[in-house]
Amino acid sequence: MTKKKSEAVFTPIGSYSGENDRVQKSVDLPEATKKKHKDLGLSDDDVIEMYNQMYLQRRFEERAMQMYQKGKFGGFLHLYIGQEAISTGTVFALNDDDDIITAYRDHGWGLVRGVTAKEGMAELYGKATGCSKGKGGSMHFAKTENHFWGGHGIVGGHIPIGGGLAFANKYLDNGRISACFFGDGAVDQGALHETLNMSQLWKLPCIKKKNGYSMGTAATRHTVGEIYERADGYGMKSAMFNGMDAFTVYENMKKIAKEVREESLPYFVEIRTYRYRGHSMSDPQKYRTKEELQEYQKTDPVERMKKYILDEEILKEKEVEEIEEKVENEVMEAIEFAEESPFPEPEELYEDMFSGTPHFHDKK
Amino acid sequence: MAELQFREALRAAIDEEMDRDEHVFIMGEEVAEYNGAYKVTEGLLDKYGFKRVIDTPISELGFAGIGVGAAMNGLRPIVEFMTFNFAVLAADQILNHASKVRYMLGGQASVPIVFRGPNASAGQLAATHSVAYDSMYSHFPGLSVIYPSEPDDAKGLLKSAIRSDDPVIFMESEQMYGMKGEVSEEDDYTIPIGSAKVKREGDDVTIIASGKMYHIAKQAANQLSKDGVEAEIIDPRTIKPLDIETIVKSVKKTNRCVIVDEAHPFGGMAAESGFLIQREAFDYLDAPVQRVTLPDVCAPFSKPLFDLWLPDAKQVIDAVNTVTYRN
Repeated sequence: MTKKKSEAVFTPIGSYSGENDRVQKSVDLPEATKKKHKDLGLSDDDVIEMYNQMYLQRRFEERAMQMYQKGKFGGFLHLYIGQEAISTGTVFALNDDDDIITAYRDHGWGLVRGVTAKEGMAELYGKATGCSKGKGGSMHFAKTENHFWGGHGIVGGHIPIGGGLAFANKYLDNGRISACFFGDGAVDQGALHETLNMSQLWKLPCIKKKNGYSMGTAATRHTVGEIYERADGYGMKSAMFNGMDAFTVYENMKKIAKEVREESLPYFVEIRTYRYRGHSMSDPQKYRTKEELQEYQKTDPVERMKKYILDEEILKEKEVEEIEEKVENEVMEAIEFAEESPFPEPEELYEDMFSGTPHFHDKK
Repeated sequence: MAELQFREALRAAIDEEMDRDEHVFIMGEEVAEYNGAYKVTEGLLDKYGFKRVIDTPISELGFAGIGVGAAMNGLRPIVEFMTFNFAVLAADQILNHASKVRYMLGGQASVPIVFRGPNASAGQLAATHSVAYDSMYSHFPGLSVIYPSEPDDAKGLLKSAIRSDDPVIFMESEQMYGMKGEVSEEDDYTIPIGSAKVKREGDDVTIIASGKMYHIAKQAANQLSKDGVEAEIIDPRTIKPLDIETIVKSVKKTNRCVIVDEAHPFGGMAAESGFLIQREAFDYLDAPVQRVTLPDVCAPFSKPLFDLWLPDAKQVIDAVNTVTYRN
């Protein structure tokens, strides 16, 4: 059936929402920062570590995708590919004990906050050695000892919880802040709006951030107006910046985190990115145009960082290759570890339900 | 023993626990400056201040979730709902997050939180304000569900609930807040979650009833006693974990059982208890187990229809007459 704009009674049709069927990107990307790493207070070693992290997140997911396609494990597999600059830039900008919570596209966050490649891959495989003991899978990576509170599967459900992490930090007056990440789709959930209101009302030290592209529906089709402007209705400070460049994310997040911490105020941030692959492995990329894809690949955050390192002569090509080889080995070892790890024992079905005395109704 | 109203017993429990542990705080609609929609929290703001007694906007989903996050990050929130009929708006946080976070993160988080407030009907408030939710929450693994009937139970169990390291649903009733009862003055009085109490001894029939229904059962038992039928009343107090041993022990003695449940009939506490009794005490039963529940219909407003709808002592007596073949 030919789609006609005039037939769009309720929802705007397709990605051709501009005049004369001009291709519109799902987001307009703001300029990246022009500053060099040293201007931002980052050392050469910091930059190398950032690249290491970003490349790990990328290769972990590319290999995970291969294993998924081979049928090595089941469940969902939501990839973070293309958003590595956000996780990496943010974690470098925050303190290590600041709290982070995210939605189900969580592999990158786990890896950058201390879930090892082995623990992560084993979790995807549902093995007992996984970061969440095989109980959570792809959507529920976590490392709470490192203040990474997971991976959560209900769109928008973790947003009030992010507010609660901030509430506790303010209550305990411990100087920590919390950062809560979610995708485009979650901005239309009531949970976000209730949390925005209470965060502003109670001056909770938290940063709420959206990024990306929701399941298969371009933002223009499900959301009215600019997303970051929604903060205005709550009198909340907001920002919008490029999420394809780790330095831009770092620069902005550093400044925002300082303000949030010092003023005990919430901040609403729209970090614009582009996801390379579909929503999950069962999701063909029909809803995105080829031109759209090619244009954005030029701005790939991992490639961008590598180019910077070489252009600035922080490392030689061979040294970058060594990092990549090391990461590749780490990921391949993680796959081997996951494959060789045991599945949880039957009795583990009943473990991890309770902190206190367990009770199971009618358990034989 | 001291005579306290139900609300005073609850307040004493909250007060003692807030005094004992500075990580305990209470939030909800009207809990602070208004001193509580039903005055449960009266005086707590003056004593503990705005940091620990917090008025929320009417955003059940949002503040329930903020409670869950705060619990994960080291605090012990008491989240008050003006009624559990409004907690339906927070169901995602209670059912999908509070009860599941620990398990799905492989034991990496704890959620020591109490969701409390009145449950079920409170007179002619029509369909959306009259549902008993204790059975529904009991369906979900990870949650404890408490629905006490008397001030003493309320105090001892609420203190245990606040100390629990796992999420607890604590249910009250608008119609019981003013009810007086003897409350233990024992220092730091707690009642373990999951233990039923034999509240009336009798040999002829076992009546199981909690919360507001306990008082209906008691009326029925007093009436039956005049006719020479002595009922044993078991108040589970905790719907989940359900103390089925105490129930079965009583049924093995009386050989007859009536369950009074304020919920609708499908899949409720009555259905579950009835199933367990037939399995565990089949050879002891002299009659099929009977239940008195709400009908499978919404709460009506009109007084005559409402009275028809809500279980009363007469229905309980009828059910007892059925299991004792006196009908």
